[in-house]
Amino acid sequence: MRNPIVRHDCIVIGAGHNGLICAATLARRGRSVLVLEAQPQVGGAALTREFAGGFHVSGCAHLIHLMRADLVRELDLGRHGLKWAAQSLPTTALRPDAAPLRIGEELSGPDSTAFREHALQMRRFASGLVPLLSRVPPRLGTRDFKDFAALARLGWHIRKLGRRDMRELLRIGGMNVYDLLEERFSDDLLKGALGFDAVLGTNFGPRSPGTVLTLLYRLAAEAAAGTGGLSQPQGGVGALCGALARCAQAAGATIRTSSPVRRILVEADRAVGVELESGERIEARDVISSADPKTTFLKLLGTAHLDTGFVRRVTHLRSRGLAAKLHFALDAPPRFLGLPDECLRGRLLLAPSLDYLERAYNHSKYGEYSSAPAMEITVPTVNDPGLAPPGKHVVSAIVQYAPYAHKDTWLTEHGRFLDVCVGLLDRLAPGFAGAIVHAELLTPADIEQEFLISGGHWHHGDLAFDQFFMVRPVPGAAQHRTPLPGLYLCGAGCHPGGGVMGTAGRNAALQVLEAA
Amino acid sequence: MSGTAPHFVEPLLKTPFHERARACSQVDSFIAWSGYTTVDVFTTMEQEYFAIRNAATLYDLTPMVKYRIAGADALPYLNRLVTRDLKKLKTDRVSYCVWCNDSGHVLDDGTVFRLGESEYRLCTAERQIDWLLDSAVGFDVEIGEITEEIAALALQGPTSCAVLKSAGLTGVERLKPFEIGHFSLGAARLMVSRTGFTGDLGYELWMEPQAALQIWDALLEAGRTRGIRPIGSQALNMARIEAGFLSPHVDFVSAEQTIRTGRDRSPLELGLGWLIDFEKGHFNGRRALLAERARGPRRLLVGLDIAGNKPAHNALLYSTAGGRREVGSVTSATWSPTCKRNIALAMVDAPYFEVGSTVWADIYLNRELVWERRMSRATVVERPFFAPDRRRATPPADF
Repeated sequence: MRNPIVRHDCIVIGAGHNGLICAATLARRGRSVLVLEAQPQVGGAALTREFAGGFHVSGCAHLIHLMRADLVRELDLGRHGLKWAAQSLPTTALRPDAAPLRIGEELSGPDSTAFREHALQMRRFASGLVPLLSRVPPRLGTRDFKDFAALARLGWHIRKLGRRDMRELLRIGGMNVYDLLEERFSDDLLKGALGFDAVLGTNFGPRSPGTVLTLLYRLAAEAAAGTGGLSQPQGGVGALCGALARCAQAAGATIRTSSPVRRILVEADRAVGVELESGERIEARDVISSADPKTTFLKLLGTAHLDTGFVRRVTHLRSRGLAAKLHFALDAPPRFLGLPDECLRGRLLLAPSLDYLERAYNHSKYGEYSSAPAMEITVPTVNDPGLAPPGKHVVSAIVQYAPYAHKDTWLTEHGRFLDVCVGLLDRLAPGFAGAIVHAELLTPADIEQEFLISGGHWHHGDLAFDQFFMVRPVPGAAQHRTPLPGLYLCGAGCHPGGGVMGTAGRNAALQVLEAA
Repeated sequence: MSGTAPHFVEPLLKTPFHERARACSQVDSFIAWSGYTTVDVFTTMEQEYFAIRNAATLYDLTPMVKYRIAGADALPYLNRLVTRDLKKLKTDRVSYCVWCNDSGHVLDDGTVFRLGESEYRLCTAERQIDWLLDSAVGFDVEIGEITEEIAALALQGPTSCAVLKSAGLTGVERLKPFEIGHFSLGAARLMVSRTGFTGDLGYELWMEPQAALQIWDALLEAGRTRGIRPIGSQALNMARIEAGFLSPHVDFVSAEQTIRTGRDRSPLELGLGWLIDFEKGHFNGRRALLAERARGPRRLLVGLDIAGNKPAHNALLYSTAGGRREVGSVTSATWSPTCKRNIALAMVDAPYFEVGSTVWADIYLNRELVWERRMSRATVVERPFFAPDRRRATPPADF
């Protein structure tokens, strides 16, 4: 060994929000914790970065709506500098050639009654599924009382829905969101907007099986969060991670940036520390990885320490991203046709119909980007002018669909896809193209490169029925423990998954504490 | 060789020895084995069995599935695959191994041949390229099935070494058990390993398919005065039970193929704990096997010596002659003509593991369509049942 050995209780690999929450939770319980981050700054994919002179934007997720309020309180993030630039942001559906539609309780028109019923029912279903979201999934086939109790609790929550709701949940649970929304609504714009939330960040189109489940999952996670809906931290999503880092440090954790881990060290069939790319070796009793499962198991640990069946499950994990990220630095605020000023501060959805979404998805199946993509657009500088120089603006959009591997090559197609997106935005907001100072497109391939996520998938693995709950990421690692004693997972690849939620990081810390 | 005919045109392939086997077959008794047609009995099972124990026999084992495993990581790859430590296996040596899935249940058993610094051959009962390839993730190793590229013959029996010497394989007598030698026979090159499935003195011969008939003829000619004869699978089965060797699908079912819960078998349950090296580093199933070792296996494959002379085929085993509590079942049984004992391999529940334990075998006899039942005392005994010194003697005697 080239360097003297420093010993910690826990090493956390990766300073994304889950890694930091895990570190903060462990440090607050008296563990000596070292967080190792490959990049020069904390945040992982939940960071704010300068993408053009004086213009700042959240690198991946740009809104917070799944982070649990009790977690924010417990970690006292307010004291550590977290401020909200805006909360309870509105959602508005855009379409190229007609007036936008504000989605919410005040919705009027022929669908208004159906919408209110739908919203209430979804909320009931979501609250029935909350216990599924907040806790470590039980193991199947054990005689452990805790596993049995967890399954019983879930059953009881669903039973509490009552006969009619249970029957309806059973009916729609396996449906696709296209069929469900066609049953309930008539307005294409409304259906497109509601359907978009079911496929946002997934590898699905609205007609893909299981998309009602992904929608319920999103709603249940929101219900579990219990916060003020869509929120925007002051200073971007990175400011949240800044507060988390200060919280962890205040509790005694050490954070080292620019310290990429080369591999996890194993002795006598136990994780005993890590070796950095620099060659430095650091020992710890437990190693907790917030990296995605493929990176953790196949790259950092190595298959030699794992059984073939487990490796097979990890390699079969579907984790190729389909969501791209668009950033624009603008000279002037975008003027979306017919959009009331009040709506510009919120979330704008471009998915004017379910067919539009499905067509956008079709391309991705064959390694092509959508010729007319769907978008979730925000203008963060409306609520937080400090992100750009005075009078200037930033637009941040999640764009679907862009395949991880383009059928030709992203090298030549990258610019063309950006042109498609700019053309589309210019139709929605005339003058948009002319106001662009700088544009940036992150395809899943770019996201993989920049944020070190295998496949460039925001959620570290598809959110789908076969990769949910007690089989997420794979059986044998679904309770944060891995087959290798002393090695834990705490990232979005774990239940309950991605989105800036933090539950995985917190639950992993509790598992580490429980094992000690 | 199969040629290029698709399998639905020719459902069973013919081995390179088929022409000769067809000519020698007197009772037209062929069976399917791993996609090939092979001989079950040439003349009579008894005649062939006695040739194994008293002379020399040729057995076509071409259908045995063979994989080539080569590359810089071939050794670490194999050591992660099998339970034994292959670091100790030298070039031109063979090792008997088992390998398991994640839960420590046996997928297959077979032999690993080390042919060079980083080249190995794995001989197996089951086709399992998917498992082998999935096991290769993260290892610098190339894996390919070579079953059709190699013709193989087992030459087994007390006069087998003498037959090989007469055929011109000078120095073959110096091969130790599990050693590999390279020879020529006429124009053909021949790899010989001192291995086999009979528990007797014997060799396995590996050659190019083109040389197969020429070598078959040369061996029969060389062994003419030493009682050589081709044998089928039935006689071999008697010999392997005497030797205490396990047969897949008979004594255990590969964990890849079991459907019902609890039908998988671990190496500890199969009495193959001696093949497991827990100290060598990680291997497939290690964590599960450590846990099983700590709690103790619930059942064990044992050898039985059964009263009387009626083979206890498929017999259920009971704790008492009254036959109320079932404690296991027989997996393989035969009357052993050489040992003059009624022997069997059986899976028994705890605590009937110790040598000397007594269980009762419920044997059914069909006597001219009238079924009779015998409850026979069965004693757990050491395996193998038959282990003559000549199987290990180097150089072997000529007999």
